[in-house]
Amino acid sequence: MFALLLCEAFLLTPIFLFGSTGETLTEKSGHLNLGTPGTICVGGAGGMIGVAVYDSICGGFANSNPFLTFMFVLFFALLFGALSGLLFSFFTVSLRCNQNVMGLAYTTFGIGFYGLIATLVNRPDGFLNQYCGTISRLFMTRSEAPNGFCEIFLSHGLLFYLSFVIAIVVAVVLKRTRVGLFVRTVGENAGSADAAGIDVSKYRYITTIIGCSISALAGLYYFVEINNGLVEFKNIDAYGWLAVALVIFTLWKTDLGILGAILFAFLFKLPEIYGLPSASLNILFQYLPYFVTVVILVIISMVNKKAVQAPANLGIPYFREER
Amino acid sequence: MKKELVLQLKNISKTFGKVKANSNVSLDLYNGEILSLLGENGSGKTSLMNILAGIYFPDSGSIEINGESVSITSPKDAYKYKIGMVHQHFKLVDTFTAVENVVIGLDSRFNKEKRKALYTEIESRYDNPLGCANSYDEEVELKKARKLTGFDLKEASNEINNICNTFGFVLDPKKHVCDMSVSEKQTLEIIKTLYRGVDILILDEPTAVLTPQEIEKLFNVIRNMKLAGKSIIIITHKLNEVMEISDRITVLRKGELVGTVNKTDTSIEQLTEMMVGQKTELNIERSEPKGAEKLLEVKDLCVKNVFGNEVINNVSFDLKEGEILGIAGISGNGQKELLEAIAGVQPIANGEVIYHRQKKNKPVSFFHKSLKQIKRLANEGVFHDLNGKPVSLENVPNKEIKTQVKAGEILFNENETMYLKGKNPREIRELGIHLAFVPEDRLGMGLVGTMNINENMMLRSYRKGKGPFLNFKRPRDTAQSIITKLEVATPSANVQVKKLSGGNVQKVLVGREIAYAPSVFMVAYPVRGLDINSSYTIYNLLNKQKENGVGIIYVGEDLDVLLALADRILVLCNGKVSGIVDARKINKKQLGALMLGESL
Repeated sequence: MFALLLCEAFLLTPIFLFGSTGETLTEKSGHLNLGTPGTICVGGAGGMIGVAVYDSICGGFANSNPFLTFMFVLFFALLFGALSGLLFSFFTVSLRCNQNVMGLAYTTFGIGFYGLIATLVNRPDGFLNQYCGTISRLFMTRSEAPNGFCEIFLSHGLLFYLSFVIAIVVAVVLKRTRVGLFVRTVGENAGSADAAGIDVSKYRYITTIIGCSISALAGLYYFVEINNGLVEFKNIDAYGWLAVALVIFTLWKTDLGILGAILFAFLFKLPEIYGLPSASLNILFQYLPYFVTVVILVIISMVNKKAVQAPANLGIPYFREER
Repeated sequence: MKKELVLQLKNISKTFGKVKANSNVSLDLYNGEILSLLGENGSGKTSLMNILAGIYFPDSGSIEINGESVSITSPKDAYKYKIGMVHQHFKLVDTFTAVENVVIGLDSRFNKEKRKALYTEIESRYDNPLGCANSYDEEVELKKARKLTGFDLKEASNEINNICNTFGFVLDPKKHVCDMSVSEKQTLEIIKTLYRGVDILILDEPTAVLTPQEIEKLFNVIRNMKLAGKSIIIITHKLNEVMEISDRITVLRKGELVGTVNKTDTSIEQLTEMMVGQKTELNIERSEPKGAEKLLEVKDLCVKNVFGNEVINNVSFDLKEGEILGIAGISGNGQKELLEAIAGVQPIANGEVIYHRQKKNKPVSFFHKSLKQIKRLANEGVFHDLNGKPVSLENVPNKEIKTQVKAGEILFNENETMYLKGKNPREIRELGIHLAFVPEDRLGMGLVGTMNINENMMLRSYRKGKGPFLNFKRPRDTAQSIITKLEVATPSANVQVKKLSGGNVQKVLVGREIAYAPSVFMVAYPVRGLDINSSYTIYNLLNKQKENGVGIIYVGEDLDVLLALADRILVLCNGKVSGIVDARKINKKQLGALMLGESL
């Protein structure tokens, strides 16, 4: 039973991890992007478009190559994610719109966009499902021995492992490299960054675009691995908000994000697997990730130590000649 | 050392909206010299230097560096031309260590160039082609130089230590900025520029936040840098420091260049005259304070900031009715916190704020006192009649007393004491205390920039009106009367406040607070950024209030104004009172000494 829970939880983890890694990177540059749930939806829609485009190019499932399919969906998901980031940065940096308003508007847009693309792309023959099946089996190392070690850790597609790799890479880049230091500077004190010769706008644009691309992979993962190419919209945006909460929960550290994502997925799946005695208890458990995030927020505000706080300039636009 | 022209500014102009920050300013700078940029607040010193540092871009004019015309569009450009600026408000990241703050903004190209320079230097020293080391020492040095390629905080720390040793700084590269003192932060800012190898260093008001010992240390460092051939520009308005450190002095007034003089050819008197123009006698009519009754008493007040540091430390003073109490001090020495603590905005850690309310000629009534009590109090001489003569009720029949009381002919003065500690502004208002507060941050704490004048009036009266509905008429009337009485330049009362000029914003704010008929009126820097006419309007308004018996606390930065306007001056230094003096008997120099924490 526990092995099954672990297995299911691990299957869900990359959604949270992709989402929170992308959002953390964005927030480290001082951009509070509440459009992350929307970006995730758009990423999923990108995956659908990728399949559809490849399908029309190769002329049907029979002629398809799983590897090429994977490259197409990956490309389109990243492209749509990058476009989301570009749009967000354009509105907040270049046009100086309010970040919160822009983010929330984008979330609404993304959910709608997912639905729209789903209706446009979907065909009754279930070709999306076929393609996704091949993709998720593509890089799978092994899948025998149900609910054992292999099932839990090795029976996943490439995207699964990619989420962990990206989280670690982002953590290392932010912590150890020059570029990471500059990104953190922009997020902590954009005025200082500017005075030190860092192009604040450039850094915010680039980190937001990369961050959104990573977040978009969460949508792709959801579409390919969890929904297996089915287009119906379940609660993909709820995963998005949990990813945003995870950023706070992990104190803006993507390496901690791995543990956080596993914990969130664990709590999310727990009632489903164990079949808790009552429906209300069920809901209570699914609510736990939000609750622990609130607890963490309370704790960090009580600790009052600058190292664990949000980036100081989070959500604050920067304009050099303002007086 | 040969004097060479390193920097030339030609006819620089810069405007912000309608405000002319600089118009046609020209300036020369030579190597190995210290140039002071002198001028009053708002004379355009910082704007001019911000143009040089790439923060602002000039509207017109040209900049030449080493004879070459350049365009500086960003701070990065400024560093390219080896110009570094230490801003008055430090540009440091609190959560980073010193060394991290130093390396931010430096890309790999910077390190490559540095390595190249080091190679050539080693090469020339050993007289060998690069790479073929034939002595052990050279090999070690080249190995070291090769390390300079990547992102290496250890190497940067060593470099910082080297800079410290060369110029005489003390700084721990691993210390976090949030744990540093102001002086350390400044040191770090200077090191940051030196690390980038600047030749022209601009210091904006470097001494404003330092103690005399720290200033001495800073000046030694600056002299060392001068000996190393660097050019230094110091922005300041302190004349004695100018005379102490600089070689030449450029004076600005109202954004325009007044002139440049050599230190050896000038005197403090001449500089003062250049700075302020013709000697301006401040014609503020100051009347003698009327009452002598205590209005406000502050006892052993202590206030802590969010980090738990004491920003106000055992401050005690009193405010009498009909007087202006000036508060002087270098900015950031607790003025803001003091006013906010009295107004109930900041929590008080320790001490008391006591308000004495005098109610004069209040008729006695049977509602409060029984006949017996009235008789007893009359014996004690508490009551007086309509003409102010004491009333004695001895041998007066009870019936007569009753009629007199009912007719309101027996009066008394009441002195009510109220403790304001732990009360918020609303609770203070509900006690019936009219405490008006004009904060220094006009559009932050005082007014809402995006709301119009009418609506801003309502911020004081939003609790009036029937049920959930607001009373719109009274604020509208108040707004209209302020606009006509104080001559606010606005098309109508429906204009967003942030669109008004600074002076008009201030008039709206002060007008609103006065319309509220305060008994204690606290103003912080009310004339900051205002032209001379608007300033006088404000002074006159304050003096009028004073004549009406209002007690005024005036926090100001211009000592001349404080000396001419206030009756007494309280000087704050590091959150402590360093003196309460009679403004009529003290001079500017003594006040300055008090501000620095020295005793008279």
